[in-house]
Amino acid sequence: MSGPTAQQVETARELLASLGDFGGHIKGDDIAHLEVHGNEVVGSHLVPGLTVDVDQLDEGIEAWIHLAKGARLRNPVHLCFGMLPTEGLQRIIMHVDAEEDSFASIQAHCTFPNAIDITHKMDADVRIAPGATYEYFERHLHGAEGGVIVVPKTRVDLGEGARFKTEFELIKGMAGVIDFDYEVQCAADSILDMIARIIGRGHDRIRINEVGHLNGQSARAVLQSHLALRDHATAEVYNTLTASAPWARGHVDCKEIVQGNAVAKAVPIVEVNHPLAHITHEAAIGSVDSKQLQTLMSRGLDEDAATDLIVEGLLA
Amino acid sequence: MGVLELKDVTLELGGKAILNGLSVDFWEGHVHALIGPNGAGKSTLAGTIMGLPDYRHMTGDILLDGESITGLTVYERARRGITLAWQEPARFEGLKVDRFILAGAQDKNVGTVRRVLERVGLDPDKYAKRAVDKTLSGGERKRIELASILAMEPRVVLMDEPDSGIDVEALARIFDALADFRERGTTVIMITHSQEVLKHAEHAFLLCNGRVIDKGTVGHIDGYFGDKCICCDHENVPTQEEMAGVTE
Repeated sequence: MSGPTAQQVETARELLASLGDFGGHIKGDDIAHLEVHGNEVVGSHLVPGLTVDVDQLDEGIEAWIHLAKGARLRNPVHLCFGMLPTEGLQRIIMHVDAEEDSFASIQAHCTFPNAIDITHKMDADVRIAPGATYEYFERHLHGAEGGVIVVPKTRVDLGEGARFKTEFELIKGMAGVIDFDYEVQCAADSILDMIARIIGRGHDRIRINEVGHLNGQSARAVLQSHLALRDHATAEVYNTLTASAPWARGHVDCKEIVQGNAVAKAVPIVEVNHPLAHITHEAAIGSVDSKQLQTLMSRGLDEDAATDLIVEGLLA
Repeated sequence: MGVLELKDVTLELGGKAILNGLSVDFWEGHVHALIGPNGAGKSTLAGTIMGLPDYRHMTGDILLDGESITGLTVYERARRGITLAWQEPARFEGLKVDRFILAGAQDKNVGTVRRVLERVGLDPDKYAKRAVDKTLSGGERKRIELASILAMEPRVVLMDEPDSGIDVEALARIFDALADFRERGTTVIMITHSQEVLKHAEHAFLLCNGRVIDKGTVGHIDGYFGDKCICCDHENVPTQEEMAGVTE
């Protein structure tokens, strides 16, 4: 990739500034980063072991991220996707290939601070080779008006002994519409850890579909969804975990706090096809726990402050 | 006049009077014990003083420093210095110990977290960033709750069974906290059946059928409770003659 123009540098600066405290990540030669505004790469820096190839699309980019065999990136890789205008479409197509025994922790910051009518689509296919670890933390920062449709769809193939940890977080600004869809195939001895943390406000609509298939012996998975909904927000959460190999172990956990006129629905699906496999699930939907509330109020917090603290904990 | 007074407090739950015209005074800077059989109304009394929602429909009056607090909410009472340590402290998924302690602390300084955790015998370096959730034992949560109350520097502390579910080491730390409360002039009202805990109280009240039927020294009241009440399932309301025999 060639160096950025002055205009691109300025756009990158504005994009990162919108991230607030999270925007100060471009420091040091040993920290890899990539900034994409709309369909344009406005900043990037790579480190040994990591290659990123990008094609520009009409309304986004297609990126090939490659981690070399045995490459272990000491610092997190920062990806920043966003749009500063009020309207538009950003489509990210991402192909990730983490070779054997590699390690990378990706911090993806998605920022749409001025959105009124923006759609952010992510289609990713991820291959994590045996012994590799790939972590992907996606944090969304939206404006106060919502106005964003977020559609992340990811398919992951987890090799033997590989690890995939992913977090999706949207707790600042209005969510808008989220249609989250992850599906992971887990080979023997692999570990999947997937969590979504979202606050829904106003008329936000949230749909989460997390699917894990424990296909290999001793594969393990935890799927978690923690949501706090208020006003007229609605959420549907589908957590599916299947186990079809001996000693496969999994747990599904869905917790949702509902306030005001918000509506939450949780559908945990567990399917076990082997007598030596084991999956558990728990789901809790309801108002803020009264004992938690009363405890904090007995320390002098009013109901709103106590609720905020409880929600902060749930989404921590 | 006590710092906290209850006047003719009656509370019905499910058509039954759990507190039944109860009147009692608690003295500033003193440690008081509430003794009585199961169902006598001890925990209900604590919840009523705290103003918990289930108990707000009481009749009668509760006064703090001579002013009625009956119409105040839980947090308004807390801001006037009343707080409650639950028999079974709440669990908070994800909420860190330091955030929990500082939520109600007078001095919202990191040093406060360290000081109160050390006071209840927990290493701040190990506990401050842990979550107040199911990964902590009941005894640890009890100590952390006590730490949060120490940080709050309240005027009146209600302690519901402070000794339940904890080990000897934790109990010793609770006694340290009681010493701190006494030194600060905090009024303590505790519900307990433990002889060890009772030794730290100066006054005791015997509750039966939602009323204080006797008050006096711990020795008097506990002796009466042990001899006359413990097997009676609170049907044995003492006669005037019996009460005269034990009342100071």
